[in-house]
Amino acid sequence: MSVREISYLQALNEALHEEMARDLDVFIMGEDIGLGKGTLGVTEGLRDEFGPERVRNTPISEQALVGSALGAALTGCRPIVELMFIDLLGVCMDQVANQVAKVAYMSGGKARPSLVIRTQEGVGLGLAAQHSQSLEAWLVHVPGLVVVAPSTPFDAKGLLKTAIRDDNPVFFIEHKLLYTAKGPVPEDEYLVPLGVADIKRKGKNVTIVATSHQVQHALAAATTLAQEGIEAEVVDPRTLNPLDVETIAESVRRTHRLVVVNEGCRTGSYASEVAATLGEHVFEYLDAPIMRVAAKDAPIPANLQLEREVVPKPKDIVDMVHKMMDAS
Amino acid sequence: MNNQGSSIGALSEEDLLGMYRQMHRIRAFEMSVFDGVQRGVIAGGPHLYVGDEAIAVGVCTSLHPTDFTTSTHRGHGHLIAKGGRLKPMMAEILGKATGYCKGKGGSMHIADLDLGILGANGIVGGGLPTAVGAALSSKLKQGGWVVASFFGDGAANTGSFHESLNLAGAWKLPVIFVCENNTFAMFTPMEWTTAISDLSIRATGYGMAGVTVNGNDVLAVYRAAVEARDRALSGEGPTLLECKTYRFLGHYVGDPEDYRTPEEVEEHKKNDPLPRFEKVLVEAGMLNEELMQQIVAETQQEAEEALEFALSSPDPDISELTADVRRPFNPLGDLERVSYSAEEGVA
Repeated sequence: MSVREISYLQALNEALHEEMARDLDVFIMGEDIGLGKGTLGVTEGLRDEFGPERVRNTPISEQALVGSALGAALTGCRPIVELMFIDLLGVCMDQVANQVAKVAYMSGGKARPSLVIRTQEGVGLGLAAQHSQSLEAWLVHVPGLVVVAPSTPFDAKGLLKTAIRDDNPVFFIEHKLLYTAKGPVPEDEYLVPLGVADIKRKGKNVTIVATSHQVQHALAAATTLAQEGIEAEVVDPRTLNPLDVETIAESVRRTHRLVVVNEGCRTGSYASEVAATLGEHVFEYLDAPIMRVAAKDAPIPANLQLEREVVPKPKDIVDMVHKMMDAS
Repeated sequence: MNNQGSSIGALSEEDLLGMYRQMHRIRAFEMSVFDGVQRGVIAGGPHLYVGDEAIAVGVCTSLHPTDFTTSTHRGHGHLIAKGGRLKPMMAEILGKATGYCKGKGGSMHIADLDLGILGANGIVGGGLPTAVGAALSSKLKQGGWVVASFFGDGAANTGSFHESLNLAGAWKLPVIFVCENNTFAMFTPMEWTTAISDLSIRATGYGMAGVTVNGNDVLAVYRAAVEARDRALSGEGPTLLECKTYRFLGHYVGDPEDYRTPEEVEEHKKNDPLPRFEKVLVEAGMLNEELMQQIVAETQQEAEEALEFALSSPDPDISELTADVRRPFNPLGDLERVSYSAEEGVA
């Protein structure tokens, strides 16, 4: 199988092109997506190839955007919504949590909410408190949603294609610092399964579960730790809900230590959820308490130096692993 | 009857008597739900449609079987008017396994997708965006259907209403926005919260037709809905159709109704849509006392049978609690690749 290096952004763009060409019921809508490259750049070329009917530029109306995608899904389409920032959940959470997530259950399983909401999260561009959050914890708390956060170009393409084909509502969380990240992506078509974690680096002394952009930090930390003879295993859940508990548990049973890294605020974070769930599964295998490395409980500050400090850095992960190794 | 083959406008005698029967069916069903609450067999404080029947029946008579509806917390009437079956409806209201949604949706979330009923909705204004999307789907798939979205005067003050009307207006989507102005947003009279009295004027701001009709006059509602449907299908875009009426019962069964007097309610009952339509049908020679009593008795019996069916139905099995939260993921076949690693190539 032939493989080339492309960016996360190109990988997502390829997935959209391929799925829209494959299935006429797939269409995409969002703010500013039809103009040039689109704000995020992910939708580049789509309007030229598929036309304005299937690549729809919308008003700044996130409730109507998410809710109309649901209506289109219930009547046979497979809509993709681009929510420009995950922070905009604040203005459309009714449609996400009360409508999209619950319609299948409330209808006794008859409704098919086959839609994907693509969005992006995270710090890195000095966009401050309302455009830099990592809000996956809000989403995984709502039964009915599938929540995905790829960390590599390979996963981004394969998971987006799978999400579009799936009959569940999928919240697909990209990260603004990952768009330029490059990685190997096969030329041939492939799909990455939902609900399956991936071991990004093998190791035997500690398991680091990290999500989205923090996977890169976890891998950097693992490289540092390896120089000291500590072999860290890095696991990326990829699908945040439902969580592939078994892959992580199997890893912890071998390493006897678990650190969970996530860019959301510590209190009520996704890291907390993973830590608690794994605690219930692997307690008797642990040589140290499960620890979290998460963002500080503060809004994201505008100042770039403060912004770098608010979220986990590779050093924070290394320090936490040291602490755990000392404790055990 | 002595006047076979007569009609009013495009509606035949059969159509008109069918509408009359539907209105009675809704009222009988709702009174049966009311009784069920009084008897302690129905929980959850359902919201009843008594006094509003002309709107659902007028609009749904204009619709075709392939058209869609979205509905509200006060949705039983919309469901019946679109063809919803009473037994699974009542069973759903009682939370039984034989209900439309296996007892997991309840009064505020009944849906029958086969009948084009995309669902009632517990969030005021929550269903309007769904309607816009179903209309977008009609356009994209060239499906030829329209979507009637029912909501109340309360919903007309939500952000969802304004976003939905703007989007449907901008894209000229085939939606009939049916605003049931029943005078109260939950417990608050509209004039306390809204600076205008005719909500249909808001249509102007969204580039669509706006019409206000007497929501107690089923034929006026029907005619306005037919025009709105024609506009929608000819590409002229959506319509905001305001139907003015008065809610005879409280916001929910059990509402102490301390925001209005019994005298006010009695005054409005003079405009009850059922006697009003009766008068039209009697004058047209289509209805007499005997047929009227027959229809009342038959619809009451249907409602009672629905309640009996629901009462004798089983509760959902405990395994249903987590079923339908999420569908099993679709199988990926030969294209499935779990990961890429530099050492092994693509696994």
